[in-house]
Amino acid sequence: MDHIRTPKVENVRWLDRLTPRRIAVGTLYLSSTHTIFVENSDARKETWVLHSLVGSVERLAGTPAGCPLLVRCKNFQVFQLLLPQERDCADVYASLAHLSRPERYGDLYCFSFQPNLDKEERERAWNFLDLLADFSRMGIPSNLWHATPANHEYRVCDTYPSELFVPKSASPAVIVGSAKFRSRGRFPVLSYYHRDTSAAVCRSSQPLSGFSARSLEDEQMLQAIMKSNPASEYVYVVDTRPKLNAMANRAAGKGYESEDHYSNIRLHFVAIDNIHVMRSSQQKLADVGDLRSPSMGDFLWGLENSGWLKHIKAVLDAGVFIAKAVAEEGVSVLVHCSDGWDRTAQACSVASVLLDPYYRTLKGFMVLMEKDWVSFGHKFSHRYAHLDGDPREVSPVLDQFLECVWQLMEQFPCAFEFNERFLLQLHTHVHSCQYGNFIGNSQKERKELRIRERTHSVWHHLWENRVEFINPLYRVDHNQTQGVLRPVTTPYCFKFWKNMYSPVERGVAMRLSDCLNAVREESQQLEEELDAHQEVPRETDAEQGIHTPTKHACLETTLALYPHATVPSHTHKLGQPSNICPPFLKNPRVLKLVTPP
Amino acid sequence: MEFAELIKTPRVDGVVLHRPFLPTVEGTLCLTGHHLILSSRQDNTEELWLLHANIDAIEKRFIGSLGTIIVKCKDLRIIQLDIPGMEECLNIANSIEALSTLDSVSLMYPFFYRPMFEVIEDGWNLFLPEEAFKELESMTDEWRLSEVNKDFSICPSYPALVTVPKDIDDDSLCKAATFRHGGRFPVLSYYHKKNGMVIMRASQPLTGTSGRRCKEDEKLINATLRAGKRGYIIDTRTIAVAQQAKARGGGFEQEANYPQWRRIHKAIERTNILQESLIKIVEACNDHSNSMDRWLSKLEASNWQSQVKEILTTACLAAQCIDREGASVLVHGTEGTDSTLQVTSLAQIILEPACRTVRGFQALVEREWLQAGHPFQQRCAQSAYSNEKLRSEAPVFLLFLDCVWQILRQFPCSFQFNEHFLVMLFEHTYASQFGTFLGTTAAERVKLKLSQKTVSLWSWVNRPQELERFLNPLYEPNSLVIWPSVAPQSLLLWEGVFLRWNRSTKCLDEAYEEMVHIIEYNKELQLKVWVRSSAAGQRRFMGPCISHMHILSL
Repeated sequence: MDHIRTPKVENVRWLDRLTPRRIAVGTLYLSSTHTIFVENSDARKETWVLHSLVGSVERLAGTPAGCPLLVRCKNFQVFQLLLPQERDCADVYASLAHLSRPERYGDLYCFSFQPNLDKEERERAWNFLDLLADFSRMGIPSNLWHATPANHEYRVCDTYPSELFVPKSASPAVIVGSAKFRSRGRFPVLSYYHRDTSAAVCRSSQPLSGFSARSLEDEQMLQAIMKSNPASEYVYVVDTRPKLNAMANRAAGKGYESEDHYSNIRLHFVAIDNIHVMRSSQQKLADVGDLRSPSMGDFLWGLENSGWLKHIKAVLDAGVFIAKAVAEEGVSVLVHCSDGWDRTAQACSVASVLLDPYYRTLKGFMVLMEKDWVSFGHKFSHRYAHLDGDPREVSPVLDQFLECVWQLMEQFPCAFEFNERFLLQLHTHVHSCQYGNFIGNSQKERKELRIRERTHSVWHHLWENRVEFINPLYRVDHNQTQGVLRPVTTPYCFKFWKNMYSPVERGVAMRLSDCLNAVREESQQLEEELDAHQEVPRETDAEQGIHTPTKHACLETTLALYPHATVPSHTHKLGQPSNICPPFLKNPRVLKLVTPP
Repeated sequence: MEFAELIKTPRVDGVVLHRPFLPTVEGTLCLTGHHLILSSRQDNTEELWLLHANIDAIEKRFIGSLGTIIVKCKDLRIIQLDIPGMEECLNIANSIEALSTLDSVSLMYPFFYRPMFEVIEDGWNLFLPEEAFKELESMTDEWRLSEVNKDFSICPSYPALVTVPKDIDDDSLCKAATFRHGGRFPVLSYYHKKNGMVIMRASQPLTGTSGRRCKEDEKLINATLRAGKRGYIIDTRTIAVAQQAKARGGGFEQEANYPQWRRIHKAIERTNILQESLIKIVEACNDHSNSMDRWLSKLEASNWQSQVKEILTTACLAAQCIDREGASVLVHGTEGTDSTLQVTSLAQIILEPACRTVRGFQALVEREWLQAGHPFQQRCAQSAYSNEKLRSEAPVFLLFLDCVWQILRQFPCSFQFNEHFLVMLFEHTYASQFGTFLGTTAAERVKLKLSQKTVSLWSWVNRPQELERFLNPLYEPNSLVIWPSVAPQSLLLWEGVFLRWNRSTKCLDEAYEEMVHIIEYNKELQLKVWVRSSAAGQRRFMGPCISHMHILSL
């Protein structure tokens, strides 16, 4: 609590910048983990904001009404506080500025967050996902692919997981040789195996080829990948960088595979821009979402100028190319970018979502995130600025993957078991540091931090709350649920993700989804009631089940009552309260983050 | 004139038809006076049955003796016909061109169309002004139905019966009419039951540069104000445009002469600009080679979405004056037949739940568009592809429908009808077998004897078997005012119209069906439980479920 000089300020006004007409007056509390605002109104509505979700705090010029603080959250919520006293404002600013930028992993919220789970339950929650089971679901190991012990103890590559699958024909010498010839030792390994065609999606980092260097072992590695798919005579090497960037890397002794040295490869560039371009693009996009009453022209110009949708299209196109190669041509693909942990993760995971219906289920999507992003060393703590660090390492790489999935959901409304809220919730959790899953930059680092012993797993928590995340239109036997998705990527198919970047109110799609879920739930009750009748035809329970007022009507009522400036209460919940309530809060009501009221 | 004179080649075999999303078919092409028909010879079923009136433009191409006609329709669809034989192709093309640009109303298809169904409920008699007035009378006695325009001489674009303040006599109306563009003196558009506030509409006052005034006009609109109340005049034009109008004899209400009114200027565009906007957005949507940057820049340059935003914003303003400020509103632009109607009709959709039902919406279209003198026939003579010189074509009604769609999308449960209903209305305003949208004014429709000689669109739509397609399964009557968001992030491109022929809606249609299935299944269970409990002698409250069933079995 050293950094909290003023833990409580009264008569604070709270403004949502997107809904300037609604101003709440209340008391502001600072705890070591949350900013808490309790309205003076009868409802005593509480808004909790996790410090780790705070992206930036800005002091604006003082006004006669008070001293304003502008807080921008990493999930694009923006709010403004108006404090009556200059001194309080300075204190709160200093505290927030410090608390929102922890310097050590140990300071992160996940290490102090204690949900009601005993040790055994915590362990079970961590074992909720099983990546080996996913590989065996794909048919791996097989007579052509097997697990290699090469990276046990992270001997060959400290950013890879310890369990890796490679072609059976690749000898340990080939693996080690190939690793030496790849940036940071990230040699080609299996990411996804497509049973129907025996084609595989493999991933790696760029080769250290420079202008002429070659590695026999690395060439043999690619041969081995090709041979593991007996039906095909070549492999695609998908370099997800713009060709110019890839060529520039050659000067630094890196680069891409030469078709002269590697026999039977087909090189394909997909031109996804680097993390710096993406960072500035998203900043511009967030500015668009932030505009106060923009004209249509301002908005569309800003959208175009940000270049964001162009980048989203590039990522989706990369996934489409890979999925097509694997599913239609039956050809294996090796995907890489520079280090193989950003664009490569995007391309492989988009392809997997397109190829395999399992990854479009709630649990399957978690498995995919765990596999392609967490285990393969996507640098979560760097990219999402968990700790105070180099701002040039920060980039919305995962945001783009989540958005590709959202764009796909817009095209295939029945294909995904989960809904938009799940993606938004996941995005928030990646930034919130409430759970240990996304802490650190590699599996090795997480082991060293003893994440499994000291923190909790988000996957199990999301699963427990899955009723919130279910897409009512999803049906296991629906044709959109089956097989490979073939999205259209003409520019007009891409939309601005309003609920992510302009979160004013709960979006129509989410209200609709909630409404349909409510109807489905009611149907289930009715079914049960009918069954009960069948068993005991005379006995009826007059008041149960049937007279639940139709729920969707109420949803629109909410919106109609609050024209323009609607902020249903849950949008305020920017972070989750711990179950340990700050002692200074009298009578706090436990709020559930993932469950809107 | 005989249609036969225009048809040089009535029939060609071996024609190949290419259409969006459907397999190519080979068949026989036939031209009739009103239709282009293609039937595949296998089973004699028609593959294509296209009204000439729906054809906006055609293009001819030749490769050797194989001719190709690209037919661009007013509903924005583009089809291609490959016709063997240069002479046949030219003949067909010439005939289509002639038949699709017939100027005479009496030659239009609705005068020849005989319905294949029995007209149970005649749409022509459904929405009579007398009936609407009866409803008003039950709420207030401040208004009267005037017959001053019974021979359409006071205002040619008004209907025979108009609703005006009770205290204003016909003589005053005549005088006020001389002070308004086209004689469109202020009349009642909407009465807000909740607080008695009203929306009136008119055309611009003819103040001219000399600042003319008209006591009767002032008295007329002041008569709509309650004691001590102020009202708002919403001029749909910018102040600059309104100023310019003075030079041509038009103008706006001077504060000095209308002290009880506050004037607000908005910027809804006029006919030619709107038509250009339509042409540009359709061009942008049809160009598949666009990069993302180019697409967004074309979308912006078309200004279509800006028009939607401006119209909706103005309608929200009018509704806000009524419901929030408790003030009456007078809306006008220049003629009072276009932007004025967009605003008054959308404001009613926001304010009045009845307008969100199928019948209520039909009544709104009748009252605020057809009776109010929107010149459909002129505005919808050409669509986005036509190469003809523009006359007074403009997608005024389409923009209105687009705005309704935006509200519908934001309030998916508050409308009894669905998107298909709006798209269907769009199609029928441009080409139809029904007489509803023929003519430009009520007077002309009487003269054309439309109600005797043609079938009303509503007679067809309201048949249960047709209506079913247009009902929104999510509908729950919502008695509240609904305030749409007009932020650009909330307004989407209406894909159902603009991308309809460019991208398959299969997956979206399936999602819709899935949604219907969930709702229907729920109703089925509700009914079963109800039946069972009734049988067991227990009457239970069914609430909204029953009303739901009724609507669906309409």
